[in-house]
Amino acid sequence: MILGLDLPTIWAFIIAFAIFAYVVMDGFDLGIGILFPVLPVGRERDSAMNSIAPVWDGNETWLVLGGGGLMAAFPLAYGMILSALYAPIIAMLLALIFRGVAFEFRWRDPGHRAAWDFAFSLGSIVATFAQGVTLGALLQGIAVEGRGYVGGWFDWLTPFSILVGVSLVIGYALLGATWLIMKSEDSLQARCYRLAFGLGVGVILAMAAVSAATPFLREAYWQRWFAWPQVLFTAQVPLLVAIATVVFFWSLKRLHHYTPFLVSLGLFALGLIGLGISLFPYVVPPVVTIWDAAAPASSLKFMLVGAVIMVPIILAYTGYSYWVFRGKTGHEGYH
Amino acid sequence: MFESFDAVFLARLQFAFTVSFHFIFPSFSIGLASYLAVLEALWLWTGRSVYLDLFKYWLKIFALTFGMGVVSGIVMSYQFGTNWSVFSDKAGPVIGPLMAYEVLTAFFLEAGFLGVMLFGMNRVGKSLHFTATLAVAVGTFISAFWILSANSWMQTPTGHAISASGQFVPEDWWAIIFNPSFPYRLVHTVFAAYLTTALVVGGVGAWHLLRERTNEGARVMFSMAMGMITVVAPLQIFAGDQHGLNTLEHQPVKVMAMEGHFKNYPDGAPLVLFGWPDQAAGEMKYSVEIPKASSLILKHAWDAPLKGFESVDRKDWPPIAVVFWSFRIMVGLGMLMLALAAYSLLARVRKRLYDWTWLHRFALAMGPAGFVAVIAGWVTTEVGRQPFTVYGLLRTVDSASPLAAPAVGASLLAFVVVYFIVFGAGVYYILKLMSHSPHRGEEGPERGQPVRAAGITPAPAVAESIAGGKEA
Repeated sequence: MILGLDLPTIWAFIIAFAIFAYVVMDGFDLGIGILFPVLPVGRERDSAMNSIAPVWDGNETWLVLGGGGLMAAFPLAYGMILSALYAPIIAMLLALIFRGVAFEFRWRDPGHRAAWDFAFSLGSIVATFAQGVTLGALLQGIAVEGRGYVGGWFDWLTPFSILVGVSLVIGYALLGATWLIMKSEDSLQARCYRLAFGLGVGVILAMAAVSAATPFLREAYWQRWFAWPQVLFTAQVPLLVAIATVVFFWSLKRLHHYTPFLVSLGLFALGLIGLGISLFPYVVPPVVTIWDAAAPASSLKFMLVGAVIMVPIILAYTGYSYWVFRGKTGHEGYH
Repeated sequence: MFESFDAVFLARLQFAFTVSFHFIFPSFSIGLASYLAVLEALWLWTGRSVYLDLFKYWLKIFALTFGMGVVSGIVMSYQFGTNWSVFSDKAGPVIGPLMAYEVLTAFFLEAGFLGVMLFGMNRVGKSLHFTATLAVAVGTFISAFWILSANSWMQTPTGHAISASGQFVPEDWWAIIFNPSFPYRLVHTVFAAYLTTALVVGGVGAWHLLRERTNEGARVMFSMAMGMITVVAPLQIFAGDQHGLNTLEHQPVKVMAMEGHFKNYPDGAPLVLFGWPDQAAGEMKYSVEIPKASSLILKHAWDAPLKGFESVDRKDWPPIAVVFWSFRIMVGLGMLMLALAAYSLLARVRKRLYDWTWLHRFALAMGPAGFVAVIAGWVTTEVGRQPFTVYGLLRTVDSASPLAAPAVGASLLAFVVVYFIVFGAGVYYILKLMSHSPHRGEEGPERGQPVRAAGITPAPAVAESIAGGKEA
């Protein structure tokens, strides 16, 4: 488990960070799309939409960084993964188009608002499900030979990938509900407390199911999690999940405004760490490691300069933008 | 249903379709972001409310355009992997970091400040809001810088070595970023974005002047747009000429296609105005030519020799008719833009800018011309790069993913259907916004405010509140 801090390792962590940033930020706004069908038309929907309208665009940029960064740092893996997961990736892109434009279109066309709300919701659900399927398919392994993908067009479609897809939909919905608890008042907030309880239960069950299934996908994952003495380290993850679960339900019961969202993010962080434990150092399991797939050092160095300078600046002004739109969101826009 | 098609051809069609659609939005939003920054600056400087009204008028249109640009752009950043995985593997070490820099220095900047720009006026105050507008405008420009650098490297690759596994390995980033065609392409494309925006703004201004000659907002936007076109159209023709000379130096085969030169011309090549390039026969049919004029334009000498396709191996020929005609569409529209510039300058000098209805009709007709010219120019340069993805080094047929025609065909069909529905609706909404005349107390993109009902044209606001009432 010694991590030599060479360039591919650093870049693996940067991309993992970009993915986490994406899940943290776009997770809750996709979640709001997933929850849209259960929110009453009118004030509650408008209020939910207003709470993310100023920030969704920046949130989605992390997905572009994830894609662009993967291509730049691990071009071999980028090509292999995306051609292996052709169908779910295309589905995600098309779904993101529908939900992205709905933000503006629903206000421009009140006559068809119901249609754009439907597009927003379906787009969010499909995009999330496709992301989960992608993750599941990656975990179960991709058939490669030489420098290319050699599997079929539907290799990604398995019960496990569907399980991960459904789990992610529940997970993002939880992020959306807890985000709205933080940003809303009155009836919408009360509704979200109720939703968050059910979704919290769902997320815990989903995490348990995915965690239970993963070690059986490959012998290597089993070794990773249960071999002595690593188990001393890996056992911390389920332990922390258990603690976070207790805190989560306690904070819901006490009607905390911020804690449920923060703890939900914590659950996602633990999920990502678990994923990292299973995968590292493979970027395309079962054969391609980050060192096999890494771009030449001259590429990685050049980008590292940019990332080291720009990522803190980006986080600073993203934080500023969230600060400007802090507090509860009304349903009447920003005043 | 797609089995009979060639998978690589379908993948190329898909890329061409998605990138052309995508390019429409940034070519407008780059110019519009700058225009918005100018309007807000003028408002802060002069305090004249008409500038604020125009700012808010165009901000609503910007919000729609930008949103569509973002979602169509995400598609691009993943399509390299889905359809062009071999290209990604080989050229990724060069192209990838340039795109990563685009995301890090431009996309986040635009997206981070867009929220403040659209909805934050009352939250952050005037000067911070102006900073946000500037940040978005600068972001659009930085984005153009990086993506055009990446694109130019594919046209004129320099600063790299090729590894044993066939990967392009960066050696000199300065040489990669500032590759030979990049400065020309950057200037030509940014001018194109400014012209496109000016033509749209001018067209909208003209439309409202034709209906209401005294509308102050329409007058100001028309005058600003015509002024911009008067300055930029001649500059653009000069920049395009320089870009062409640069192409002749580095990609002479592309220029052969643009000029329609099949034969070698040892003592002066003709300028082919029109004709039908017959790729199979290897000759130009039905051509209308000006003798030796092409040598004069490209080499600045009547008798300068120019080579044609007979000097090039057939397997290195691009699709000639496409390049030949798209180039003529672009140049023809450029000439019409120059005519509009001259006409409006004459009107301005005669102090008839708001009176000459034929000028307004002409400007209105030219409203969409920028988009057509931009796409035509893009087709010229990209199809002219064929049959290579990295010019001279990596062939298009060797760049694609291990694709199956049905998968690519199905996804192409899905893209076509979704783009026409979604972006068709978006364009309709933009046109609807443009059809409202600019007025005092223009509302911004903030949602569902009471201010809406107090506007001069309250009809949409009333409709909205009725719809809202029903929903509630």
